[in-house]
Amino acid sequence: MTGRKQQMILFMLFAAGILAAPFFLKGSYLLTVMVFVGINTMLAVALNLLLGYAGQISLGHAAFFGMGAYISGIITSRFPVDPFGVMLLAAVLAGALAFVIGFPILKLKGHYLAMATLGFGIIMYIIFNETVAYTGGPSGLPGIPSLRIGVLVFDNDLRNYYLVWMFTLVVMLLAINLVQSRIGRALRAIHDSEVAARVMGVNARILKVQIFSLSAVISAVAGSLYAHVMTFIAPASFGFNFSVELLTMIVVGGLGSIYGSFLGAAILTTLPEFLRVFQDWDIIVYGLMLILMTMFMPGGLISGMEAGLRHVMAKIFKGDGGHAQA
Amino acid sequence: MLRLDAITKNFGGLTALDQVSFAVADGSITGVIGPNGAGKTTLFNIVTGLYTLSSGRVFLGEKNISFCRTEELAGLGLVRTFQNIELFGRMTVLENVMVGMHNGTRSGILSCALKLPGHRREEKYIREKSMEWLRFTRLEDLAHVAAENLPFGKGRLLEIARALAARPKIILMDEPAAGLNSRETLELASLISKIRESGITVVLVEHDMDLVMDICEHIVVLNLGKKLAEGKAVEIQGNPEVIAAYLGTD
Repeated sequence: MTGRKQQMILFMLFAAGILAAPFFLKGSYLLTVMVFVGINTMLAVALNLLLGYAGQISLGHAAFFGMGAYISGIITSRFPVDPFGVMLLAAVLAGALAFVIGFPILKLKGHYLAMATLGFGIIMYIIFNETVAYTGGPSGLPGIPSLRIGVLVFDNDLRNYYLVWMFTLVVMLLAINLVQSRIGRALRAIHDSEVAARVMGVNARILKVQIFSLSAVISAVAGSLYAHVMTFIAPASFGFNFSVELLTMIVVGGLGSIYGSFLGAAILTTLPEFLRVFQDWDIIVYGLMLILMTMFMPGGLISGMEAGLRHVMAKIFKGDGGHAQA
Repeated sequence: MLRLDAITKNFGGLTALDQVSFAVADGSITGVIGPNGAGKTTLFNIVTGLYTLSSGRVFLGEKNISFCRTEELAGLGLVRTFQNIELFGRMTVLENVMVGMHNGTRSGILSCALKLPGHRREEKYIREKSMEWLRFTRLEDLAHVAAENLPFGKGRLLEIARALAARPKIILMDEPAAGLNSRETLELASLISKIRESGITVVLVEHDMDLVMDICEHIVVLNLGKKLAEGKAVEIQGNPEVIAAYLGTD
Protein backbone atom coordinates (compact mmCIF):
# COMPACT_ATOMS: atom_id res chain seq x y z
CA MET A 1 0.00 0.00 0.00
CA THR A 2 2.84 2.40 -0.73
CA GLY A 3 0.47 4.54 -2.74
CA ARG A 4 -1.81 5.10 0.23
CA LYS A 5 1.03 5.97 2.58
CA GLN A 6 2.43 8.43 0.07
CA GLN A 7 -0.98 10.05 -0.19
CA MET A 8 -1.24 10.50 3.57
CA ILE A 9 2.28 11.92 3.84
CA LEU A 10 1.59 14.26 0.96
CA PHE A 11 -1.58 15.49 2.63
CA MET A 12 0.15 16.01 5.97
CA LEU A 13 2.92 17.98 4.32
CA PHE A 14 0.31 20.08 2.55
CA ALA A 15 -1.68 20.66 5.75
CA ALA A 16 1.49 21.56 7.67
CA GLY A 17 2.43 24.04 4.97
CA ILE A 18 -1.02 25.63 5.09
CA LEU A 19 -1.02 25.86 8.89
CA ALA A 20 2.48 27.33 8.95
CA ALA A 21 1.92 29.84 6.14
CA PRO A 22 0.55 32.69 8.32
CA PHE A 23 3.89 32.89 10.14
CA PHE A 24 5.44 33.98 6.88
CA LEU A 25 2.52 36.01 5.63
CA LYS A 26 1.71 37.81 8.86
CA GLY A 27 0.36 41.31 8.31
CA SER A 28 0.70 40.85 4.57
CA TYR A 29 -2.05 41.41 2.05
CA LEU A 30 -1.41 37.84 0.85
CA LEU A 31 -2.91 36.53 4.09
CA THR A 32 -6.25 38.11 3.14
CA VAL A 33 -5.97 36.61 -0.32
CA MET A 34 -5.24 33.18 1.18
CA VAL A 35 -8.52 33.28 3.11
CA PHE A 36 -10.32 33.46 -0.23
CA VAL A 37 -8.01 30.86 -1.74
CA GLY A 38 -9.29 28.56 1.02
CA ILE A 39 -12.94 29.27 0.24
CA ASN A 40 -12.35 28.90 -3.50
CA THR A 41 -10.45 25.66 -2.93
CA MET A 42 -13.52 24.20 -1.22
CA LEU A 43 -15.65 25.25 -4.18
CA ALA A 44 -13.15 23.92 -6.69
CA VAL A 45 -12.96 20.57 -4.88
CA ALA A 46 -16.77 20.42 -4.87
CA LEU A 47 -16.99 21.10 -8.59
CA ASN A 48 -14.09 18.77 -9.33
CA LEU A 49 -15.82 15.84 -7.62
CA LEU A 50 -18.70 16.41 -10.00
CA LEU A 51 -16.87 17.31 -13.22
CA GLY A 52 -13.35 15.95 -12.84
CA TYR A 53 -14.37 12.62 -11.35
CA ALA A 54 -17.98 11.87 -12.29
CA GLY A 55 -17.70 13.80 -15.57
CA GLN A 56 -20.89 15.80 -15.05
CA ILE A 57 -20.61 19.50 -15.84
CA SER A 58 -22.25 22.26 -13.83
CA LEU A 59 -22.30 25.87 -14.96
CA GLY A 60 -24.50 26.85 -12.04
CA HIS A 61 -22.37 26.03 -9.04
CA ALA A 62 -22.13 29.64 -7.95
CA ALA A 63 -25.85 29.31 -7.11
CA PHE A 64 -25.20 26.78 -4.33
CA PHE A 65 -22.39 28.99 -3.07
CA GLY A 66 -24.83 31.91 -3.05
CA MET A 67 -27.50 29.85 -1.37
CA GLY A 68 -25.16 29.09 1.52
CA ALA A 69 -24.11 32.73 1.75
CA TYR A 70 -27.65 34.13 1.68
CA ILE A 71 -29.20 31.62 4.05
CA SER A 72 -26.45 32.30 6.59
CA GLY A 73 -26.40 36.03 5.88
CA ILE A 74 -30.15 36.61 6.06
CA ILE A 75 -30.80 34.54 9.18
CA THR A 76 -27.77 35.50 11.27
CA SER A 77 -28.05 39.22 10.46
CA ARG A 78 -31.65 39.26 11.72
CA PHE A 79 -31.84 36.71 14.50
CA PRO A 80 -29.49 35.94 17.38
CA VAL A 81 -29.11 32.27 16.45
CA ASP A 82 -26.07 29.98 16.43
CA PRO A 83 -24.38 30.70 13.07
CA PHE A 84 -22.89 27.20 12.90
CA GLY A 85 -26.41 25.80 13.19
CA VAL A 86 -27.49 28.05 10.33
CA MET A 87 -24.49 26.90 8.31
CA LEU A 88 -25.65 23.34 8.81
CA LEU A 89 -29.17 24.32 7.78
CA ALA A 90 -27.82 26.01 4.63
CA ALA A 91 -25.81 22.88 3.78
CA VAL A 92 -28.83 20.63 4.25
CA LEU A 93 -31.13 22.87 2.19
CA ALA A 94 -28.61 23.21 -0.67
CA GLY A 95 -28.05 19.44 -0.61
CA ALA A 96 -31.79 18.80 -0.66
CA LEU A 97 -32.37 21.23 -3.53
CA ALA A 98 -29.54 19.64 -5.51
CA PHE A 99 -31.01 16.21 -4.82
CA VAL A 100 -34.45 17.24 -6.08
CA ILE A 101 -33.30 19.03 -9.24
CA GLY A 102 -30.52 16.47 -9.76
CA PHE A 103 -32.85 13.66 -10.78
CA PRO A 104 -34.27 15.38 -13.88
CA ILE A 105 -31.15 17.46 -14.70
CA LEU A 106 -28.53 14.71 -14.50
CA LYS A 107 -30.41 12.61 -17.03
CA LEU A 108 -29.05 15.11 -19.52
CA LYS A 109 -25.57 14.79 -20.95
CA GLY A 110 -22.89 17.10 -22.27
CA HIS A 111 -24.12 20.42 -23.66
CA TYR A 112 -27.68 19.81 -22.51
CA LEU A 113 -26.53 19.35 -18.92
CA ALA A 114 -24.40 22.48 -19.24
CA MET A 115 -27.47 24.42 -20.43
CA ALA A 116 -29.71 23.07 -17.67
CA THR A 117 -27.25 23.91 -14.89
CA LEU A 118 -26.63 27.29 -16.51
CA GLY A 119 -30.39 27.91 -16.39
CA PHE A 120 -30.52 26.89 -12.75
CA GLY A 121 -27.67 29.28 -11.95
CA ILE A 122 -29.43 32.14 -13.68
CA ILE A 123 -32.74 31.47 -11.91
CA MET A 124 -30.99 31.51 -8.54
CA TYR A 125 -29.13 34.67 -9.46
CA ILE A 126 -32.43 36.36 -10.32
CA ILE A 127 -33.84 35.26 -6.97
CA PHE A 128 -30.82 36.73 -5.11
CA ASN A 129 -31.25 39.94 -7.09
CA GLU A 130 -35.02 40.40 -6.97
CA THR A 131 -36.09 39.31 -3.49
CA VAL A 132 -34.97 42.68 -2.21
CA ALA A 133 -36.88 42.39 1.05
CA TYR A 134 -34.68 39.48 2.14
CA THR A 135 -31.43 39.72 0.20
CA GLY A 136 -31.18 43.47 -0.13
CA GLY A 137 -31.17 43.02 -3.91
CA PRO A 138 -28.38 44.40 -6.07
CA SER A 139 -27.15 46.74 -3.34
CA GLY A 140 -26.32 43.78 -1.15
CA LEU A 141 -26.84 42.48 2.36
CA PRO A 142 -24.73 44.18 5.03
CA GLY A 143 -24.31 43.52 8.73
CA ILE A 144 -23.61 39.79 8.72
CA PRO A 145 -21.98 38.95 12.06
CA SER A 146 -18.59 37.27 12.23
CA LEU A 147 -18.51 33.68 13.38
CA ARG A 148 -17.68 33.10 17.02
CA ILE A 149 -16.86 30.11 19.19
CA GLY A 150 -17.32 31.16 22.81
CA VAL A 151 -15.23 34.28 23.27
CA LEU A 152 -13.21 33.69 20.11
CA VAL A 153 -14.56 35.99 17.40
CA PHE A 154 -13.34 35.41 13.85
CA ASP A 155 -12.98 39.04 12.94
CA ASN A 156 -9.47 39.44 11.57
CA ASP A 157 -7.53 37.92 8.71
CA LEU A 158 -5.43 35.58 10.82
CA ARG A 159 -8.43 34.09 12.63
CA ASN A 160 -10.43 33.87 9.42
CA TYR A 161 -7.50 32.17 7.77
CA TYR A 162 -7.47 29.34 10.31
CA LEU A 163 -11.26 29.14 10.40
CA VAL A 164 -11.58 28.79 6.64
CA TRP A 165 -8.59 26.48 6.21
CA MET A 166 -9.76 24.10 8.93
CA PHE A 167 -12.90 23.59 6.88
CA THR A 168 -10.98 23.44 3.62
CA LEU A 169 -8.46 20.89 4.87
CA VAL A 170 -11.24 18.66 6.20
CA VAL A 171 -13.08 18.89 2.88
CA MET A 172 -9.87 18.08 0.99
CA LEU A 173 -9.10 15.11 3.20
CA LEU A 174 -12.61 13.68 2.86
CA ALA A 175 -12.49 14.24 -0.90
CA ILE A 176 -9.11 12.50 -1.16
CA ASN A 177 -10.47 9.54 0.79
CA LEU A 178 -13.59 9.46 -1.33
CA VAL A 179 -11.93 9.50 -4.73
CA GLN A 180 -9.59 6.64 -3.79
CA SER A 181 -12.45 4.45 -2.63
CA ARG A 182 -15.07 2.19 -4.13
CA ILE A 183 -17.28 5.24 -4.71
CA GLY A 184 -14.45 7.21 -6.33
CA ARG A 185 -13.76 4.35 -8.72
CA ALA A 186 -17.45 4.13 -9.56
CA LEU A 187 -17.51 7.87 -10.31
CA ARG A 188 -14.52 7.66 -12.62
CA ALA A 189 -16.05 4.58 -14.24
CA ILE A 190 -19.23 6.56 -14.99
CA HIS A 191 -17.03 9.23 -16.54
CA ASP A 192 -15.24 6.80 -18.88
CA SER A 193 -18.13 4.49 -19.78
CA GLU A 194 -21.46 4.95 -18.10
CA VAL A 195 -22.93 1.90 -19.80
CA ALA A 196 -20.12 -0.41 -18.66
CA ALA A 197 -20.32 1.02 -15.15
CA ARG A 198 -24.04 0.22 -15.04
CA VAL A 199 -23.44 -3.30 -16.30
CA MET A 200 -21.04 -3.73 -13.36
CA GLY A 201 -23.87 -2.79 -11.02
CA VAL A 202 -23.02 0.88 -10.48
CA ASN A 203 -26.28 2.76 -10.04
CA ALA A 204 -25.14 5.71 -12.13
CA ARG A 205 -28.43 7.56 -11.87
CA ILE A 206 -28.42 7.65 -8.06
CA LEU A 207 -24.67 8.09 -7.68
CA LYS A 208 -24.60 11.13 -9.97
CA VAL A 209 -27.39 12.74 -7.97
CA GLN A 210 -25.64 11.92 -4.69
CA ILE A 211 -22.37 13.46 -5.79
CA PHE A 212 -24.18 16.51 -7.20
CA SER A 213 -25.83 16.87 -3.82
CA LEU A 214 -22.56 16.44 -1.92
CA SER A 215 -20.99 19.01 -4.17
CA ALA A 216 -23.83 21.44 -3.39
CA VAL A 217 -23.41 20.83 0.35
CA ILE A 218 -19.70 21.69 0.23
CA SER A 219 -20.42 24.77 -1.91
CA ALA A 220 -23.08 25.99 0.52
CA VAL A 221 -20.72 25.62 3.48
CA ALA A 222 -18.15 27.62 1.54
CA GLY A 223 -20.84 30.24 0.87
CA SER A 224 -21.77 30.43 4.52
CA LEU A 225 -18.12 30.93 5.50
CA TYR A 226 -17.79 33.56 2.80
CA ALA A 227 -20.76 35.52 4.17
CA HIS A 228 -19.36 35.54 7.71
CA VAL A 229 -15.84 36.41 6.58
CA MET A 230 -17.00 39.27 4.33
CA THR A 231 -19.88 40.39 6.61
CA PHE A 232 -21.40 41.80 3.41
CA ILE A 233 -22.64 39.95 0.31
CA ALA A 234 -24.10 40.99 -3.04
CA PRO A 235 -25.54 38.95 -5.93
CA ALA A 236 -22.64 39.80 -8.25
CA SER A 237 -20.45 37.30 -6.36
CA PHE A 238 -22.82 34.43 -7.18
CA GLY A 239 -23.56 34.88 -10.87
CA PHE A 240 -22.64 33.14 -14.09
CA ASN A 241 -19.22 34.77 -14.18
CA PHE A 242 -18.24 33.11 -10.93
CA SER A 243 -19.49 29.71 -12.14
CA VAL A 244 -17.19 30.08 -15.15
CA GLU A 245 -14.37 31.18 -12.87
CA LEU A 246 -14.81 28.02 -10.81
CA LEU A 247 -14.75 25.95 -13.97
CA THR A 248 -11.56 27.73 -15.05
CA MET A 249 -9.99 26.99 -11.65
CA ILE A 250 -10.34 23.24 -11.99
CA VAL A 251 -9.42 23.14 -15.66
CA VAL A 252 -6.29 25.20 -15.01
CA GLY A 253 -5.41 23.31 -11.82
CA GLY A 254 -6.33 19.86 -13.00
CA LEU A 255 -9.57 18.01 -13.65
CA GLY A 256 -9.78 14.95 -11.46
CA SER A 257 -7.22 16.18 -8.95
CA ILE A 258 -7.88 17.46 -5.44
CA TYR A 259 -4.54 19.25 -5.20
CA GLY A 260 -5.16 20.58 -8.68
CA SER A 261 -8.32 22.18 -7.29
CA PHE A 262 -6.18 24.03 -4.76
CA LEU A 263 -3.63 25.03 -7.37
CA GLY A 264 -6.30 26.36 -9.72
CA ALA A 265 -8.08 28.17 -6.89
CA ALA A 266 -4.80 29.74 -5.77
CA ILE A 267 -3.93 30.93 -9.27
CA LEU A 268 -7.39 32.22 -10.17
CA THR A 269 -7.83 33.95 -6.81
CA THR A 270 -4.48 35.71 -7.02
CA LEU A 271 -4.70 36.45 -10.71
CA PRO A 272 -7.40 39.18 -10.59
CA GLU A 273 -4.93 41.30 -8.66
CA PHE A 274 -2.79 41.22 -11.77
CA LEU A 275 -5.73 41.32 -14.16
CA ARG A 276 -6.97 44.65 -12.84
CA VAL A 277 -5.81 46.24 -16.06
CA PHE A 278 -8.41 44.20 -17.96
CA GLN A 279 -11.25 45.42 -15.72
CA ASP A 280 -14.56 43.92 -16.88
CA TRP A 281 -12.85 41.91 -19.58
CA ASP A 282 -11.69 39.29 -17.10
CA ILE A 283 -14.32 36.79 -18.30
CA ILE A 284 -12.60 36.84 -21.69
CA VAL A 285 -9.28 36.08 -20.05
CA TYR A 286 -10.92 33.11 -18.26
CA GLY A 287 -12.41 31.92 -21.54
CA LEU A 288 -9.03 32.16 -23.20
CA MET A 289 -7.39 30.25 -20.35
CA LEU A 290 -10.04 27.51 -20.65
CA ILE A 291 -9.45 27.15 -24.36
CA LEU A 292 -5.65 27.17 -24.10
CA MET A 293 -5.57 24.72 -21.19
CA THR A 294 -7.90 22.20 -22.84
CA MET A 295 -5.88 22.46 -26.05
CA PHE A 296 -2.37 22.26 -24.68
CA MET A 297 -2.57 20.89 -21.15
CA PRO A 298 -5.78 18.87 -20.68
CA GLY A 299 -4.46 17.40 -17.41
CA GLY A 300 -4.06 20.85 -15.90
CA LEU A 301 -0.96 22.31 -14.30
CA ILE A 302 -1.03 19.67 -11.57
CA SER A 303 -0.49 16.79 -14.01
CA GLY A 304 2.98 17.99 -14.86
CA MET A 305 3.83 18.74 -11.25
CA GLU A 306 2.44 15.39 -10.09
CA ALA A 307 4.61 13.47 -12.51
CA GLY A 308 7.67 15.20 -11.09
CA LEU A 309 6.54 14.70 -7.53
CA ARG A 310 5.80 11.02 -8.06
CA HIS A 311 9.22 10.57 -9.49
CA VAL A 312 10.77 12.05 -6.34
CA MET A 313 8.43 10.16 -3.98
CA ALA A 314 9.09 6.91 -5.81
CA LYS A 315 12.80 7.42 -5.31
CA ILE A 316 12.37 8.12 -1.61
CA PHE A 317 10.02 5.20 -0.92
CA LYS A 318 11.26 2.90 -3.66
CA GLY A 319 7.61 2.18 -4.39
CA ASP A 320 5.97 1.82 -7.76
CA GLY A 321 5.49 5.53 -8.15
CA GLY A 322 2.06 5.75 -6.56
CA HIS A 323 -0.70 4.58 -8.85
CA ALA A 324 -3.52 5.90 -6.70
CA GLN A 325 -4.48 9.40 -7.70
CA ALA A 326 -6.07 12.15 -5.72
CA MET B 1 -30.65 -20.27 -16.47
CA LEU B 2 -31.70 -17.75 -19.11
CA ARG B 3 -34.89 -18.03 -21.11
CA LEU B 4 -36.12 -15.78 -23.88
CA ASP B 5 -39.79 -15.98 -24.66
CA ALA B 6 -40.94 -14.54 -28.00
CA ILE B 7 -38.70 -11.46 -27.87
CA THR B 8 -39.68 -8.77 -30.36
CA LYS B 9 -37.97 -5.43 -30.83
CA ASN B 10 -39.16 -2.76 -33.22
CA PHE B 11 -37.18 0.34 -34.08
CA GLY B 12 -39.83 2.52 -35.68
CA GLY B 13 -41.02 0.44 -38.63
CA LEU B 14 -38.01 -1.87 -38.56
CA THR B 15 -38.35 -5.18 -36.76
CA ALA B 16 -34.88 -5.95 -35.45
CA LEU B 17 -35.99 -9.06 -33.58
CA ASP B 18 -39.10 -11.04 -34.36
CA GLN B 19 -40.52 -13.54 -31.86
CA VAL B 20 -37.15 -14.97 -30.87
CA SER B 21 -37.31 -17.71 -28.22
CA PHE B 22 -34.61 -19.96 -26.85
CA ALA B 23 -33.25 -21.18 -23.55
CA VAL B 24 -29.72 -21.31 -22.19
CA ALA B 25 -29.06 -24.36 -20.01
CA ASP B 26 -27.33 -24.07 -16.63
CA GLY B 27 -23.57 -24.37 -16.96
CA SER B 28 -23.57 -24.48 -20.74
CA ILE B 29 -21.71 -22.49 -23.36
CA THR B 30 -24.29 -21.25 -25.83
CA GLY B 31 -23.39 -19.49 -29.04
CA VAL B 32 -25.57 -17.01 -30.89
CA ILE B 33 -24.50 -16.67 -34.51
CA GLY B 34 -25.83 -15.07 -37.64
CA PRO B 35 -24.83 -12.76 -40.47
CA ASN B 36 -24.34 -9.04 -39.89
CA GLY B 37 -27.60 -7.31 -39.00
CA ALA B 38 -29.16 -10.53 -37.74
CA GLY B 39 -30.01 -8.87 -34.42
CA LYS B 40 -27.42 -10.53 -32.18
CA THR B 41 -26.20 -7.43 -30.39
CA THR B 42 -29.77 -6.11 -30.17
CA LEU B 43 -30.63 -9.33 -28.38
CA PHE B 44 -27.84 -8.76 -25.83
CA ASN B 45 -28.89 -5.15 -25.38
CA ILE B 46 -32.43 -6.27 -24.60
CA VAL B 47 -31.36 -8.95 -22.14
CA THR B 48 -29.04 -6.48 -20.36
CA GLY B 49 -31.71 -3.78 -20.13
CA LEU B 50 -30.03 -1.31 -22.47
CA TYR B 51 -32.99 -1.57 -24.86
CA THR B 52 -36.58 -2.05 -23.81
CA LEU B 53 -38.25 -4.92 -25.61
CA SER B 54 -41.38 -4.31 -27.66
CA SER B 55 -42.97 -7.59 -26.62
CA GLY B 56 -42.00 -10.92 -25.12
CA ARG B 57 -40.36 -11.83 -21.84
CA VAL B 58 -36.88 -12.59 -20.52
CA PHE B 59 -36.37 -14.87 -17.52
CA LEU B 60 -33.23 -15.27 -15.45
CA GLY B 61 -33.91 -18.46 -13.54
CA GLU B 62 -37.48 -18.00 -12.34
CA LYS B 63 -37.29 -14.21 -12.31
CA ASN B 64 -38.82 -12.11 -15.05
CA ILE B 65 -36.09 -9.58 -15.89
CA SER B 66 -37.78 -8.09 -18.97
CA PHE B 67 -37.98 -4.65 -17.42
CA CYS B 68 -35.06 -4.73 -14.99
CA ARG B 69 -32.67 -1.79 -15.11
CA THR B 70 -29.17 -2.54 -16.37
CA GLU B 71 -27.57 -1.77 -13.00
CA GLU B 72 -29.86 -4.27 -11.21
CA LEU B 73 -28.74 -7.21 -13.31
CA ALA B 74 -25.21 -7.56 -11.91
CA GLY B 75 -26.82 -8.11 -8.51
CA LEU B 76 -28.96 -10.86 -10.02
CA GLY B 77 -25.85 -12.53 -11.46
CA LEU B 78 -25.91 -11.38 -15.08
CA VAL B 79 -23.08 -9.38 -16.66
CA ARG B 80 -21.81 -8.83 -20.18
CA THR B 81 -18.81 -7.71 -22.22
CA PHE B 82 -18.96 -5.39 -25.22
CA GLN B 83 -18.21 -5.81 -28.89
CA ASN B 84 -16.44 -2.45 -29.14
CA ILE B 85 -14.55 -2.63 -25.87
CA GLU B 86 -16.03 -0.44 -23.11
CA LEU B 87 -13.17 -0.19 -20.64
CA PHE B 88 -12.64 2.62 -18.16
CA GLY B 89 -9.75 3.96 -20.20
CA ARG B 90 -8.11 6.37 -17.79
CA MET B 91 -8.24 3.92 -14.88
CA THR B 92 -5.63 1.25 -14.37
CA VAL B 93 -6.20 -2.36 -15.30
CA LEU B 94 -6.48 -3.23 -11.61
CA GLU B 95 -8.97 -0.43 -10.97
CA ASN B 96 -11.12 -1.63 -13.86
CA VAL B 97 -11.45 -5.01 -12.19
CA MET B 98 -12.04 -3.30 -8.84
CA VAL B 99 -15.05 -1.56 -10.41
CA GLY B 100 -16.23 -5.03 -11.39
CA MET B 101 -16.38 -5.76 -7.67
CA HIS B 102 -18.74 -2.84 -7.11
CA ASN B 103 -21.39 -5.50 -7.14
CA GLY B 104 -21.20 -7.46 -3.90
CA THR B 105 -19.48 -4.70 -1.91
CA ARG B 106 -21.31 -1.91 -0.17
CA SER B 107 -19.24 0.98 1.22
CA GLY B 108 -21.19 4.18 0.62
CA ILE B 109 -20.15 7.81 0.24
CA LEU B 110 -20.00 8.44 3.98
CA SER B 111 -17.96 5.41 5.00
CA CYS B 112 -15.59 5.98 2.05
CA ALA B 113 -15.03 9.66 2.85
CA LEU B 114 -14.52 8.95 6.56
CA LYS B 115 -12.45 5.79 5.93
CA LEU B 116 -14.45 3.82 8.47
CA PRO B 117 -12.88 0.49 9.52
CA GLY B 118 -15.46 -1.56 7.60
CA HIS B 119 -14.55 0.27 4.43
CA ARG B 120 -10.83 -0.29 4.98
CA ARG B 121 -11.37 -4.02 5.32
CA GLU B 122 -13.57 -4.09 2.25
CA GLU B 123 -11.04 -2.06 0.26
CA LYS B 124 -8.31 -4.58 1.11
CA TYR B 125 -10.59 -7.46 0.12
CA ILE B 126 -11.50 -5.75 -3.19
CA ARG B 127 -7.84 -5.17 -4.02
CA GLU B 128 -6.71 -8.72 -3.23
CA LYS B 129 -9.63 -10.38 -4.95
CA SER B 130 -9.18 -8.19 -8.02
CA MET B 131 -5.54 -9.25 -8.26
CA GLU B 132 -6.75 -12.86 -8.25
CA TRP B 133 -8.96 -12.16 -11.26
CA LEU B 134 -6.02 -10.53 -13.02
CA ARG B 135 -3.95 -13.67 -12.39
CA PHE B 136 -6.85 -15.79 -13.67
CA THR B 137 -6.79 -13.85 -16.95
CA ARG B 138 -2.97 -13.49 -16.90
CA LEU B 139 -3.06 -9.71 -16.77
CA GLU B 140 -1.31 -9.34 -13.40
CA ASP B 141 1.84 -7.85 -14.95
CA LEU B 142 -0.24 -5.04 -16.45
CA ALA B 143 -2.10 -4.23 -13.21
CA HIS B 144 -0.94 -0.63 -13.01
CA VAL B 145 -1.14 0.25 -16.70
CA ALA B 146 -3.91 2.61 -17.81
CA ALA B 147 -6.55 0.54 -19.59
CA GLU B 148 -6.51 2.80 -22.65
CA ASN B 149 -2.88 1.83 -23.23
CA LEU B 150 -3.59 -1.89 -23.43
CA PRO B 151 -3.16 -3.73 -26.70
CA PHE B 152 -6.51 -4.77 -28.16
CA GLY B 153 -6.32 -8.44 -27.21
CA LYS B 154 -5.47 -7.63 -23.59
CA GLY B 155 -8.36 -5.18 -23.50
CA ARG B 156 -10.74 -7.98 -24.41
CA LEU B 157 -9.28 -10.11 -21.60
CA LEU B 158 -9.69 -7.22 -19.18
CA GLU B 159 -13.36 -6.90 -20.12
CA ILE B 160 -13.76 -10.55 -19.18
CA ALA B 161 -11.77 -10.18 -15.93
CA ARG B 162 -13.90 -7.20 -14.95
CA ALA B 163 -17.11 -9.08 -15.70
CA LEU B 164 -15.92 -12.08 -13.68
CA ALA B 165 -15.13 -9.84 -10.71
CA ALA B 166 -18.86 -9.14 -10.43
CA ARG B 167 -19.29 -12.85 -9.51
CA PRO B 168 -21.88 -13.58 -12.20
CA LYS B 169 -23.91 -16.74 -12.63
CA ILE B 170 -24.11 -16.02 -16.33
CA ILE B 171 -21.88 -13.94 -18.57
CA LEU B 172 -22.82 -12.66 -22.01
CA MET B 173 -19.86 -12.04 -24.33
CA ASP B 174 -20.39 -9.91 -27.40
CA GLU B 175 -17.88 -11.04 -30.05
CA PRO B 176 -15.01 -11.72 -27.65
CA ALA B 177 -12.78 -12.99 -30.48
CA ALA B 178 -13.29 -10.03 -32.84
CA GLY B 179 -9.92 -8.50 -33.66
CA LEU B 180 -7.90 -11.26 -31.99
CA ASN B 181 -5.21 -13.21 -33.83
CA SER B 182 -5.38 -16.98 -33.99
CA ARG B 183 -3.14 -17.56 -30.98
CA GLU B 184 -5.15 -15.12 -28.88
CA THR B 185 -8.36 -16.79 -30.04
CA LEU B 186 -7.07 -20.16 -28.86
CA GLU B 187 -6.21 -18.68 -25.47
CA LEU B 188 -9.66 -17.13 -25.34
CA ALA B 189 -11.26 -20.50 -26.05
CA SER B 190 -9.40 -22.11 -23.17
CA LEU B 191 -10.28 -19.19 -20.89
CA ILE B 192 -13.96 -19.51 -21.75
CA SER B 193 -13.79 -23.23 -20.99
CA LYS B 194 -12.12 -22.44 -17.66
CA ILE B 195 -14.88 -19.97 -16.86
CA ARG B 196 -17.54 -22.57 -17.57
CA GLU B 197 -15.70 -25.14 -15.43
CA SER B 198 -15.89 -22.69 -12.53
CA GLY B 199 -19.67 -22.99 -12.80
CA ILE B 200 -20.54 -19.89 -14.80
CA THR B 201 -22.90 -20.14 -17.74
CA VAL B 202 -21.58 -18.49 -20.90
CA VAL B 203 -23.47 -17.03 -23.85
CA LEU B 204 -21.48 -15.68 -26.74
CA VAL B 205 -22.29 -13.79 -29.86
CA GLU B 206 -19.52 -14.59 -32.30
CA HIS B 207 -18.45 -14.38 -35.90
CA ASP B 208 -15.53 -16.75 -35.54
CA MET B 209 -17.16 -20.01 -36.64
CA ASP B 210 -14.26 -22.23 -35.59
CA LEU B 211 -14.44 -20.88 -32.05
CA VAL B 212 -18.21 -21.31 -31.86
CA MET B 213 -18.20 -24.81 -33.31
CA ASP B 214 -15.33 -25.75 -30.99
CA ILE B 215 -16.61 -24.68 -27.62
CA CYS B 216 -20.39 -24.16 -27.82
CA GLU B 217 -22.53 -27.16 -27.08
CA HIS B 218 -25.64 -25.30 -28.08
CA ILE B 219 -25.95 -22.88 -30.98
CA VAL B 220 -28.74 -20.48 -31.92
CA VAL B 221 -28.74 -19.06 -35.44
CA LEU B 222 -30.38 -15.71 -36.10
CA ASN B 223 -31.06 -14.24 -39.51
CA LEU B 224 -32.83 -10.94 -40.22
CA GLY B 225 -34.19 -10.83 -36.69
CA LYS B 226 -35.70 -14.30 -36.73
CA LYS B 227 -34.46 -17.52 -35.21
CA LEU B 228 -33.41 -19.69 -38.09
CA ALA B 229 -32.20 -22.80 -36.34
CA GLU B 230 -31.05 -24.11 -32.97
CA GLY B 231 -29.08 -27.18 -31.96
CA LYS B 232 -25.67 -28.82 -31.64
CA ALA B 233 -22.75 -27.77 -33.79
CA VAL B 234 -23.06 -30.70 -36.19
CA GLU B 235 -26.78 -30.12 -36.65
CA ILE B 236 -26.21 -26.47 -37.42
CA GLN B 237 -23.38 -27.16 -39.84
CA GLY B 238 -25.60 -29.53 -41.83
CA ASN B 239 -28.68 -27.30 -41.80
CA PRO B 240 -29.40 -26.16 -45.40
CA GLU B 241 -31.22 -23.00 -44.25
CA VAL B 242 -28.21 -21.90 -42.23
CA ILE B 243 -25.86 -22.56 -45.13
CA ALA B 244 -28.18 -20.57 -47.37
CA ALA B 245 -28.27 -17.63 -44.95
CA TYR B 246 -24.49 -17.50 -44.76
CA LEU B 247 -23.64 -18.20 -48.36
CA GLY B 248 -26.74 -16.80 -50.07
CA THR B 249 -29.02 -18.66 -52.45
CA ASP B 250 -30.09 -18.19 -56.00
